[in-house]
Amino acid sequence: MSSNSSSGAGSSFGTGLPPAVDLRAKSRPGERVIRIVLVASALISVAITFGIILALIEPVIAFFREVPFGDFFAFEGDFAVLPLVTATLMVTVIALLVAVPLGLGAALYLSEYASRRSRKILKPTVELLAGVPSVVYGFFALTFVTPTLLQDILNVGVGFTNALAAGLVLGVMIIPTIASLAEDAFSAVPHALRQGSFAMGANRMQTSVRVVLPAALSGVAAAVVLGMSRAVGETMIVALAAGALKNFSLDPREGMQTMTGFMAQTAGGESPVGSLDYNNLFAVGMLLFLITLVLNMVSISFVRRFRQVY
Amino acid sequence: MSVATTTAARTVKTTVATGKSRDRTTVSLVFLVALWFSLFFGVVVLLALIISTATKGAARFDMELLTNYTSLVSPETSGFRAGILGSLWLMLFTALFAVPLGIAAALYLEEFADSEKWWNRLIEVNLQNLAAVPSIVYGLLAVAVMALMGFSDSGTVLGGSVALALLILPVIIITTREAVRAVPREIRDGSLALGATVWQTTWKQTLPAAIPGIATGTILGLSRAIGEAAPLVIVGLAGSIRFDPEGLMSNATALPMQIYSLTSQSQEALRQAASAAIIVLLVMILGLNALAIFIRNKFQRSW
Repeated sequence: MSSNSSSGAGSSFGTGLPPAVDLRAKSRPGERVIRIVLVASALISVAITFGIILALIEPVIAFFREVPFGDFFAFEGDFAVLPLVTATLMVTVIALLVAVPLGLGAALYLSEYASRRSRKILKPTVELLAGVPSVVYGFFALTFVTPTLLQDILNVGVGFTNALAAGLVLGVMIIPTIASLAEDAFSAVPHALRQGSFAMGANRMQTSVRVVLPAALSGVAAAVVLGMSRAVGETMIVALAAGALKNFSLDPREGMQTMTGFMAQTAGGESPVGSLDYNNLFAVGMLLFLITLVLNMVSISFVRRFRQVY
Repeated sequence: MSVATTTAARTVKTTVATGKSRDRTTVSLVFLVALWFSLFFGVVVLLALIISTATKGAARFDMELLTNYTSLVSPETSGFRAGILGSLWLMLFTALFAVPLGIAAALYLEEFADSEKWWNRLIEVNLQNLAAVPSIVYGLLAVAVMALMGFSDSGTVLGGSVALALLILPVIIITTREAVRAVPREIRDGSLALGATVWQTTWKQTLPAAIPGIATGTILGLSRAIGEAAPLVIVGLAGSIRFDPEGLMSNATALPMQIYSLTSQSQEALRQAASAAIIVLLVMILGLNALAIFIRNKFQRSW
């Protein structure tokens, strides 16, 4: 043991820091067990993913045994999912229209304009928005945004529940998601690019918009896609404020039920395990999971790209 | 990079040609105002939310709010005792399930795993993915897990806390890893050089040094879990329960569930009760966040 470690230290003496691997020779009884426990805990995260898929797949198969594929992917009928998908899309687009400009603006300010000290104060104020529970946002959309803001102040002829209010509030909720990922991307842009721009006489706006923003484009894309995935999967705001009836419509002033809204309503309705309604819930859940999975993968690959470039 | 350099070149041409090299042109001031607006828009919305909710619920701030059960018959005196206690029970078991697992997984990934190996990279990508899975899907998973373990009752403390624990596990793993990574390499090297094994180093040096960061991350994860309603809806927690939870298998409700079910009612007095409950929930979350900030400022060392 002693000869082993001394030779290890001797060999790396001239090369600076010795690699830690050389020191990991000794092992005590019981440590193997500890290691197995740790590995098992790490593997649980993988097990969760497979668990989700397994949990969904059995009821989904049972569902499609009774309901033909064409009845599920249809615009009309008891099991039609497409009206739910279009409503989800509608709410998501409205949310992104709010959150993308505001989130990117906040991120640009934090990374390009704010001093180190003011960033320390300003960043938590943006992140505060993420700490509010979504059911509270739903209550706010239903009892303030729709009746007071939209109907009384802005005079928009919206229904009691509508996609517009739900989308607007959902947009506010995902601002921090977009802002924090975009700020990471902006901060990863090398200073040399900014200095070059300043040296040529550009001001901070020109540098931000024409140098930093294009250079961080893949990170911005990652932020937007992740925000989209959040918006698609958010439940309580749309369950309360978007509506509880399937409605295939392109008018955001009408109430329309989204995928998550449908799931919350069906689960709250206490349909017995194994019934067709219950399996329908899982079928919609499977579709939702697949959509968000694809969005997350896209976002992760974008993030990897900006990490690699700089 | 090439995009950046070409745009930089174009910027250079236009700015040098027109001589607008200072920060005080009208356009850039308008731009700055727009950035300020996007920064403070959220704060304004938050203020509107708190003020409108607090004024709606103001009439209900009394002890009955905390000590009574929810009642649809006499909404003026209904309270949220069952929800508050239910949420506390759920938090307790969520933490018990998620924290040890999360810390163990994070320690493995940071201290033992070889990040070049494909299976460790798989775990990595998988974690990033799980952190963005919609919370309602975790409800479906928890239902399946409960069925698998042979528990047929829906809406129990156990079902709810399994759902919430699965939900915050990725959050806890990610924040714990960051805390562990912040412990400087020299501390590990010193311990290893004195003959300690990797596990001894992790247990006696790295983990204690990372505890403040882990605690902060855990509390923030719990503050997310306490406000979640979507997975609880799927697991079957009812909003209308009028008794205290008594154990893991007891039926329970949670504060966000009660807010959800009261908001769906159209009676004005019930909405008022829901507003008051929201303030209670926000105070609980604010308390958790304050605790996290306190721990961070008090115990966190910078190396």
